[in-house]
Amino acid sequence: MIDILLFLKSLISAPGLSAYEGPVARLIEEEWRPLVDEISASSLGSLQGLKKGHGKTPRPSIMIATHMDAIGLMVTKIDDGFIHLDEVGGIDVRILPGTPVLVHGRQELPGVIAMPPMKTLPEDAREGAIGLRHLLVDTGLLPTQVNKLVRVGDLVSFNTPPVELSSEILSGHSLDNRASVAALTICLEELKNKSHLWDVWAVATAQEEETLGGAATSAFQLNPDLAIAVDVTFAKGPGSDGWETFPLGKGPTLGWGANLHPYLYEKLKGLADKLEIPVSMDITPAHSGTDAYSIQVSREGIPTMVIGIPLRYMHTPVEVISVRDIQRAGRLLAEFISGLEMDFVSKISWEDEDAK
Amino acid sequence: MPNKTPVLGPAQFKLLEKLCNAVAVSGGENEVRTIILDQIKPYVDEIRVDALGNVLAVRKGRGARRMKVLLDAHMDEVGFMLVADEGDGLYRFKTIGGIDTRNLAGKQVLVGKERKPGVIGAKPIHLTTSDERKKPLSEEALRIDLGPESKMKVGERGTFAPNFRRIGPSVMSKSLDNRLGAAILIELLRVPHPNIDVCAAFTVQEEIGLRGAKVAAQYFEPDLAFVIDSTPANDLPMQYESENTFYNTKLGLGPAVYVANASTLDDPRLVRYFEEVAHRAGIPYQIRQPGGGGTNAGRIQRAGLGAPVVSVSVPHRYTHTAMSVARIQDWKNTLALLHVALVQVTPSILKR
Amino acid sequence: MKQLIQKLTDTFSPSGYEEAIRSVIRSEIKNYADDVRVDALGNLIARKGKGGARIMVAAHMDEIGLMATHVDDRGFVRFTGIGGVYPRNLPGGRVRFIDGTRGVIGLEGGVFGNDLPPLEKMFIDVGAVSRQDCRVKTGDVAAFERPFLDLGDRLVAKSMDNRVGCAVAIEALRALKSTSNEVYFVFTTQEEVGTRGAQTSAYGIDPALGFSIDVTGWGDTPGQRDFDVALGKGPAIKIRDGGMLSDPRIVDWMTGVAGKNRISVQREVLLGGTTDARAMQLVRGGIPVGCVSIPCRYVHSPSEMVDYNDVQNAVKLVAALLKAPIKLSGAR
Repeated sequence: MIDILLFLKSLISAPGLSAYEGPVARLIEEEWRPLVDEISASSLGSLQGLKKGHGKTPRPSIMIATHMDAIGLMVTKIDDGFIHLDEVGGIDVRILPGTPVLVHGRQELPGVIAMPPMKTLPEDAREGAIGLRHLLVDTGLLPTQVNKLVRVGDLVSFNTPPVELSSEILSGHSLDNRASVAALTICLEELKNKSHLWDVWAVATAQEEETLGGAATSAFQLNPDLAIAVDVTFAKGPGSDGWETFPLGKGPTLGWGANLHPYLYEKLKGLADKLEIPVSMDITPAHSGTDAYSIQVSREGIPTMVIGIPLRYMHTPVEVISVRDIQRAGRLLAEFISGLEMDFVSKISWEDEDAK
Repeated sequence: MPNKTPVLGPAQFKLLEKLCNAVAVSGGENEVRTIILDQIKPYVDEIRVDALGNVLAVRKGRGARRMKVLLDAHMDEVGFMLVADEGDGLYRFKTIGGIDTRNLAGKQVLVGKERKPGVIGAKPIHLTTSDERKKPLSEEALRIDLGPESKMKVGERGTFAPNFRRIGPSVMSKSLDNRLGAAILIELLRVPHPNIDVCAAFTVQEEIGLRGAKVAAQYFEPDLAFVIDSTPANDLPMQYESENTFYNTKLGLGPAVYVANASTLDDPRLVRYFEEVAHRAGIPYQIRQPGGGGTNAGRIQRAGLGAPVVSVSVPHRYTHTAMSVARIQDWKNTLALLHVALVQVTPSILKR
Repeated sequence: MKQLIQKLTDTFSPSGYEEAIRSVIRSEIKNYADDVRVDALGNLIARKGKGGARIMVAAHMDEIGLMATHVDDRGFVRFTGIGGVYPRNLPGGRVRFIDGTRGVIGLEGGVFGNDLPPLEKMFIDVGAVSRQDCRVKTGDVAAFERPFLDLGDRLVAKSMDNRVGCAVAIEALRALKSTSNEVYFVFTTQEEVGTRGAQTSAYGIDPALGFSIDVTGWGDTPGQRDFDVALGKGPAIKIRDGGMLSDPRIVDWMTGVAGKNRISVQREVLLGGTTDARAMQLVRGGIPVGCVSIPCRYVHSPSEMVDYNDVQNAVKLVAALLKAPIKLSGAR
C-alpha cells in the first residue's frame, strides 16, 4: 500500500514546470507502472496510463486528468550576475521577495529572489508591489560564474521544502496539482482490487498552467466517453472566506456550472452520500478553471466533471492541504469507476429529454 | 417542388413570445431546448442532443455533391446563478455572460426550473447619502430576494422576469439576443431547401465563450456556415458632439451582415454574396460596424479543417438588459434574406 | 533576396484579405514545390518531399491593417484596427485600401498637445469632400503604406512582420533541393488576429512536428530593458513567448543544428505576443513545436527594421533544419 505522504512529498520536490514536466513525469511513471496495463507519453508530454476494464469490447473509456505541471519562473536576461525573470503560469508577484529558488542552469543553483534597493529602480516603480521585471535572483555567485552556468530560458523553481503542519496537514509548493496526482494514484491502487467494466485512462496532463494544452490534446487523442478533472480548489483561510471557499479537511468538492455535466454531478453526489464521504458543491458558473474547460469541447463534446481538493494559499510556495481530503477524492474516483455500467453513457441526459 | 417562403404570422409571434419568456441561461438551456425540439422534429431527418446540450438537426437535400451548410443560432441567454444562501430568502449571485451590473437593481427576476419569481432590490433612497448614490451598485452589494419561504438552492440559474410585448412596429422583451435568431432558424427549417443539406445547430453557452458552437462544428464539418444572431444597435442621438459614429447597427435598416468582429473576420466571399442576394431580391440590409463583439462564427471558422463563415443578425437596442427592443421589419427581412441566400447558394460563390 | 523582400512588403494584404499576397507568393514558389494547394481559410500550402517525417513550417502572410467603420458626411473615414494596431504608430501615417484608394491618418485636435488619442478619435482622410464623393465604405480594408528602405545591413519596410518570414520560407524552399522529410511550407492567413489560419492548416496536415518563422521583438534601442535579443546577433531560437512554451526537444534540436552549421543564434524569452506555433501546438493530439525568430525593431509600426545578415542566417538555419532526417532526443 502506497505511503501517500511520502509519495506526495517526493512529487512536490521534483521540478516540473509547464512544458518541462520530465522529472516529475518520470516519478509518476515509476509509481503507475505496476498499476496500469500500458503507459506512454503524448506529443506534448502528458503521461497517459491505460488500465483496461473487463467489459466486452468495444469498451467505453473514462479519462481522469490531473495536471502535473507546476508554476515557476524562467530566466529572461542576466545583468551583472543578477538574474531577471518571467513567470510560467500565474504568480502573485507580491509573495516573491525573499523566496528561496532553484536555478536550473548547467548545475542546480540555489538562490533567493531579492527585492533590489529602491534607489536602483525608476521612481514610479518604487511604491507598492514591486513588479516582476524589477525582482532579481541572487545566487551568491560572481557574475563570471553566473554567465558560465546560466542562460536565457533556463528554469527557476521554488525551493521551499515541504513541512508537515500536523499528521494530516502538509505544506509545500506545487501541491497544486501534485496533490491530485496523488489522489489519482490512490484511485489506481484501489482499482487493483476492484473489478471495473470501463477502460480507465489515467492522464497526468502537461501545460495546464499555461494553455490547458495537455488536456486538450490528450482528450482529442484518447477520445474518451467521459472525463473527470481533479484539481485543487480554494480552502477557507485568512482573507479567503467567501462562497468560493471550502473548509480544509472536510471533504473534496464537486464542480457545478456550465463547464460540467449536471448528470455527472448528481451521480457523484449520490455516490459520495452513500459512501459517507463529505462533499461540497463548488460553483463555477462558466469556466471551471481546470483541464475540464478544454476537455469538454474536444471532438464532438465530452461529458465532463471536476472533483476539487481544497487548498490554502494557492500558487504560493507554502500551499496547505489535508491528506485526508486527497484520500477521499481517490476513493470516490475508484468507487465511481468500478460502478460504471456499460450503458452509462446512453443514460446521461439533460432533464428535458424525457419530452422526446 | 415550389420554393415555399417562410412568413411571419400569428403563430410565429406566439412562438417568439414563448421563446423569449423561457428561462434558459448559459449552461441551463433546458426550457428553450424543449421548445425547439418540439418545433423542429416534424421537419428534420436527423436530430440529437449532444454532450453539451446543443440541439443538432439535419434536413437533407437532394442531388449529388450537395453542400453542407451549417446554420447556427445560440439558444442561451445571459443571467445569473445563485451562489450563497444567506437565509430569509436572500441570495448572493454571480452574473453569467456580459451584464452591465448597473442594470440589475430594482428588477424582477425568475429563478430555477420552477420559475420562482423574485426581485433584486436596493436600499431605500431615504437611507442613502448623496455620495453613496454617485457610485454604482456592484454585484457584490446586491442580493436576490425570493421571499422568506424560499427553498431554492444554490447553483440554480435565473434571469430577468419574462416581459414580452408587441408594440407598434416593435417587439420588446428580454433575451431578444438570441431568441430572435433561434426563431428565425426554426422558420428556415420549416421550408425545404433541397439544393443543400441544412445542418442546424441550436447551440449552448455562446454568452460565456462561444462554447457550444465549437463542438457543433466539429460534429457537422460543414462546407460553409451562416451564424444567425442578434446584435446591438447603439443608434441613439449623441448627447455631446454631433454625430454618433459608434452605432454598430441601426434599427429599421434591415439585417446586419458582419465583416469583422473580435472573434471573426467574416469571409469576404460570403459578405459579397449576401450583398448581391439582398440587391437582387430587393431586401434592405446594413453592414454591421467592424470591430468588437463576438459570435459563434469564429469558433466554426476554425473547427477542424475550417470553413468559410459569415454572421447575419437582427439589430436590437439595450442588449443584455431586462428589456430590449427590435423592429418587426428587421426580423422579417433577416428571415427573408437568409431564406433567399439558402435557396440560391451554390459552390461557385466560394470561387477565389 | 532584398528584391524578394521588397516585392513581398510592397503587397497589400491585411488579415482576412490575403488574396494579393497569396498570388505573389504562389508565383514565387510554384516551380520549386512538388504540390501547391489552398485550404478553406485561404492558407497557401506547398509540399516538398514525400514519405518521410511530416514537418510543418508556418510563415504568416497577412499583415496588420485598418478597417473602415463609418464614413461621415464630410467624407472622413473612421476606422478600427485589424490585429495589433496601436495609436502611437498612426498619426500622420499613410494608408492604402485594397482597391488602391490612398489616404492619410488625422487626429481630432490636430498635432498640438502631448496626449495620444485612441483610435476612436482618429480618422482617414482620402481627400474626399463628402460621403458621396468618398470611394470608401464601411468594411473596406487598408494597410500601412511606406516605401521599402535599403540601409545596407539594415532593411526597413512596413509588414516586415511577417513578409520577411515569408521570404525566409521561400528561400529555404528554393534551397531545399531534396529532403528525406515531407515538408509543408504553409503561408498562413489571419495570424495577426489570433493565429487562426495556422489552426486549420495544422489540423489538415497533422504533422509530426513543426515550427513557425516569424519576427520577434527587440531589446537593443534606448529604453528597451526586458528583452535580451538584438539585431545583428543572428536569428533567435524561441524558448517561450506570451502564448506558448516551445518543446524543449525542438529547442535542443535547433540549437544543435545551428552549432553544427556554425550559425550564431540567440535564445529568446519574449514577454508578450505569440506566433502560429501556439496554434499548431494544440491541434489534434498535440504537435511538438518551436519557432525561428527574426529580430525586428519597431514591430507593428510602418517602419519595421531587420538585419539582413540575420535574415540570411535564418534561411541557412531553416534549410539545414529541414534537409536531414530529424531525431528529437533528450528529456524534457
